[in-house]
Amino acid sequence: MGRGYDEGLAVSWGGWSEFLAMGGYALYVWGSYAVALGLIACEIVVLVLRKRNILKHLGRGSATVRHTTGGRG
Amino acid sequence: MSRFFETAAGAGRCDRAHRIDWSEHASLRMFFLLAGRLRPWFSGMAVAWCLAGMVLGFVVVPVDGQAGEISRVIFIHMPAAWTSVFLYVVMVFWAGAGLTLNRRLPGMIASAVAPTGALFAFVALWTGALWSKPTWGTWWIWDARLAAELALLFLYCGFMALQLTIEDARRADHAGAVLALVGVVSLPIIYSSAPRWNTLHLGPAVSLTQSPGLGGEMLAGIIVMVIAFCMYSIAVSLARVRCIILERERHAEWVADTTKALP
Repeated sequence: MGRGYDEGLAVSWGGWSEFLAMGGYALYVWGSYAVALGLIACEIVVLVLRKRNILKHLGRGSATVRHTTGGRG
Repeated sequence: MSRFFETAAGAGRCDRAHRIDWSEHASLRMFFLLAGRLRPWFSGMAVAWCLAGMVLGFVVVPVDGQAGEISRVIFIHMPAAWTSVFLYVVMVFWAGAGLTLNRRLPGMIASAVAPTGALFAFVALWTGALWSKPTWGTWWIWDARLAAELALLFLYCGFMALQLTIEDARRADHAGAVLALVGVVSLPIIYSSAPRWNTLHLGPAVSLTQSPGLGGEMLAGIIVMVIAFCMYSIAVSLARVRCIILERERHAEWVADTTKALP
């Protein structure tokens, strides 16, 4: 625990390739971050589409709302 | 004559069933506008705190000599797990408020929080599995926290599925609130009944109090990421509750007036 801890304080990484390699744990570390980021991105996209959809149908009146809910279900 | 009475009675019944609660409309409209105004601030803070957390996690915090670089997963694993529990408390609070106060807005807020809670519960389990595999050689083990986190994910999913299957929004809110409250009772039981001796947690790589590798920077990074996830959750929940309000109130007059003014 002592060795890495003291060395790493100033700059943790020798270069981009070393950073991406994550000390041999690249798959696990980046797999964690990628899935978290991907899910967050998906949630934001779904919300933007949901809002756009409801606003579009509010603008066109209730007849279109009925039509779309039928199409979705 | 009889026809007149029929229509009059029908109109009366109709009036009682669809009685317009003006104060409720006013509070929904006010919350809709307030949420819209607050949302960008929370989004901005989420991005800022997240960037700070990533700089702390990947640049400032040195590698843990014992565990290696895999320990950098901690900066999403622990904050995601904590946020998933926080959000459940928030969801239960609003669901319970909707049940007892018999108002609509609290139930809408509870529904808006659930998907983000499920997201973080899944992220906590996923990152935990990816951390556990190279460190302890297993993706999964039946320990107290893992079992409780899995139960939490199922409760979030059950809450959302239940609300999807019930057509009437008020009844859906009530059913969801009951499920959420049952979850509050069952989570501590699951947590305390799972085997204590069989755990991946509280090892030297993870423990907050005993680990020599978990320095101040690492703790700071974790706390910064907890704040980032909370800011993100508030921003997304505010955006989602606005959608829910518009969807459920689409026939209300104030919705047409308010959305016309939107850019």
